Amino acid sequence: MISLAGRDILHAWGKYVFTGLGLGLLIGVTLSMAGIYRGMVDDAKVLLRNSGADIWVVQKDTLGPYAEPSSLHDDIYRSLLGLPGVARAANATYLTMQVRRSDEDVRVMVVGITPGQPGEPGYLLAGRRLTRSHYEAIADIKAGLAQGEKVRIRRNDYTVVGLTRRMVSSSGDPMLFIPLKDAQAAQFLKDNEAIRNDRARTAANPALNRPGVPGLIEAIDASKTESRSVNAVLVQVAPGWPPAAVAENIRRWKYLQAYTVADMEDILVSKLISTSARQIGMFLVILAIVSAAIVSFIIYTMTLSKVREIAVLKLIGTRNRTIAGMILQQALGLGLIAFVVGKTVATLWAPHFPKYVLLEPGDAIRGFFAVMAICALASTLAIRTALKVDPAEAIGG
Amino acid sequence: MKLPTRFTSRLGLILLGLGLLTAFAFVVLRNGPLAATRVTLAQVEAQELRPAVFGIGTVEARHAYDLGPTFASRVLRVRVDVGDRVEAGQVLAEMDPVDLDQRLAAAESAYRRAAYAVDSAAAAANEAASRKALATANAERFEQLRQQGFVSQEAVEAKRHEAQAAGAAHAASQAGLAAAGQDAARLRAERAAVGEQRANSVLRSPVAGVVTARKAEPGSTVVAGQGVIRLVDPASLWVTTRIDQARAAGLKIGMPASIALRSRPQVPLAGRLARLELAGDSVTEERLVQVAFDALPADISLGELAEVTLALPHQPRALTLPNAAIQRQGGRVGVWQVSDGRVRFSPVATGAQTLDGRVQILRGLAQGDRVVIYSEKTLSEGERIKPVERLEGNGR
Repeated sequence: MISLAGRDILHAWGKYVFTGLGLGLLIGVTLSMAGIYRGMVDDAKVLLRNSGADIWVVQKDTLGPYAEPSSLHDDIYRSLLGLPGVARAANATYLTMQVRRSDEDVRVMVVGITPGQPGEPGYLLAGRRLTRSHYEAIADIKAGLAQGEKVRIRRNDYTVVGLTRRMVSSSGDPMLFIPLKDAQAAQFLKDNEAIRNDRARTAANPALNRPGVPGLIEAIDASKTESRSVNAVLVQVAPGWPPAAVAENIRRWKYLQAYTVADMEDILVSKLISTSARQIGMFLVILAIVSAAIVSFIIYTMTLSKVREIAVLKLIGTRNRTIAGMILQQALGLGLIAFVVGKTVATLWAPHFPKYVLLEPGDAIRGFFAVMAICALASTLAIRTALKVDPAEAIGG
Repeated sequence: MKLPTRFTSRLGLILLGLGLLTAFAFVVLRNGPLAATRVTLAQVEAQELRPAVFGIGTVEARHAYDLGPTFASRVLRVRVDVGDRVEAGQVLAEMDPVDLDQRLAAAESAYRRAAYAVDSAAAAANEAASRKALATANAERFEQLRQQGFVSQEAVEAKRHEAQAAGAAHAASQAGLAAAGQDAARLRAERAAVGEQRANSVLRSPVAGVVTARKAEPGSTVVAGQGVIRLVDPASLWVTTRIDQARAAGLKIGMPASIALRSRPQVPLAGRLARLELAGDSVTEERLVQVAFDALPADISLGELAEVTLALPHQPRALTLPNAAIQRQGGRVGVWQVSDGRVRFSPVATGAQTLDGRVQILRGLAQGDRVVIYSEKTLSEGERIKPVERLEGNGR
């Protein structure tokens, strides 16, 4: 038995294949959009996964350190280490800022870490970890920095000694890891003009610049430039301890806010990025509907353009089932080509997006079935039209 | 001509389909859940290990002198300016002596007066001595005349009394002379005290050095102990360095150091660890050490930032790995070892670390063992991997 659908496709294969390619690109865009949405959520989650923490300890009554500013004294980690169930605790600072790279600015999230403690990148792509306690940096590859390159943060130059990947802030800015003390300084250090201005203001204040109290104004100035704060303490719990119980203990006795991974995910996904994620999600829904509509119309018009041939088939006594099968097979074939093309192009152009695009296999499988279902559905419409074709049309009607 | 067309189009279609399927398969295998994690591998190597400690410091003077008056006063003159080299004993500044000169004159007058009083007492003593001698001679003569019977006993006794009275007057005048002497000594001491105070209002350099600060100008009033001039001994400059406590093990006095000044980071200067402070900074969790220059550079400035690298004793042969290979799994430190294209975590004990990122492996691995150094994501036990040359700039 000869395949009617195959014969028909071969008859005008160029048109068929290019229609499939066009649809494929459309599906590729839809899959990419889904990937952008997934990537956005994943950016938020990867931030939590990569920090290696089980509990985030932040300033009381804040949603810090990512969703809200949080400030803690940097010796709090010592008292946390004494609590039962706490295996490791380390200070961390987070600050999104522009850093200077030779003659252009790069937007990064500067993360202050203690080498060898929670918070440092878990894996590297190249280079090494921090070995000096100052002026070294590990950069996410998305920042576009090369190993050995120097970046300027405030007034100091940092050498990029290592590269990592997928270390991004919840808004997708690549991270730049630097030693904690440098990061503390960078967070609170003002530029020289501001420091001189501050000194002059202090000196002009008669309450602070009193005659007969030598050294007072110097002491006040010195106390202003010190930074003893961090944004969060990352805690890893000892094996066998439920993080929620340890976090509860910290909240209760240390009068600090403590979030477990689940709490933090909730804050990031359902609070911090919820609006922008819903924005993308809404667009994804519309795009999916539009794609479905376009696929249906194309299959429908493709059938309509073959009215004369169908009429001939009817005239020579072809059964309705055969005609319906031909149209369905063509529609499904088109869907298959479109999906394969779409998935391929989406995967190929995904790495070139500036932010992370996560193409989940589950999304691809769902997309496949959706495309097939839409094609089948659209073909029923076309089949209905085809079956209504009057055989007389074949001979001039 | 019909057949070839049909044939070509079918072939074209098949080729197109195959191409598409190949691209699809490539994409699925390379990026999907079926793809193996790409990693780069490194071997455990035995090599020389030169561990070092890094710290940040500022150039400070070992000896700095803050000179000020010992009593509240007004600055009269400041004789030196910042940057001046001064000798030991050189006058740096003068405080307004206010009434000290007048008090010195008064003390001088009082002393002179006392000196005259001593002269006067001495003259009185002489007179008393002379009177005593005359009275004693008279009394002796009357004793002899009495024995010859020329004078009455009463006259003799009167003369004896006169002699005794003259003796007493002489003793009194001697005491008066001594008292006047003591008075003069007291006033001389008082005059010297005022002179010392006057001299104290002049600030002199205790050592040869360089003036680094001129904190008060003529006319301003300073309280006791407030600095007017600050000087340092320029030969005693060193770098007070802060070393992270986590890396401060193994420091010893005399260790060679390399000092990179902020003004010339490309030209590191040689130095030695000169002092290890017993008291660290518990707030910043740092240890304080002082590193002295082997040869003091000429145009160095106080307070300049310096990066100090202290060389720890080197180990001629040790098993090492890049520090990027060291991972942490469930509280254990170890590395990902490769067998049959899969990774497995093996705990290791690490030792010294060099600044260029090599870590000594004390236990857990043998020379030539292959371990994962870089990976494109966090690895888990038993994960399939695909070793590649390099990950950086390699797509994805």
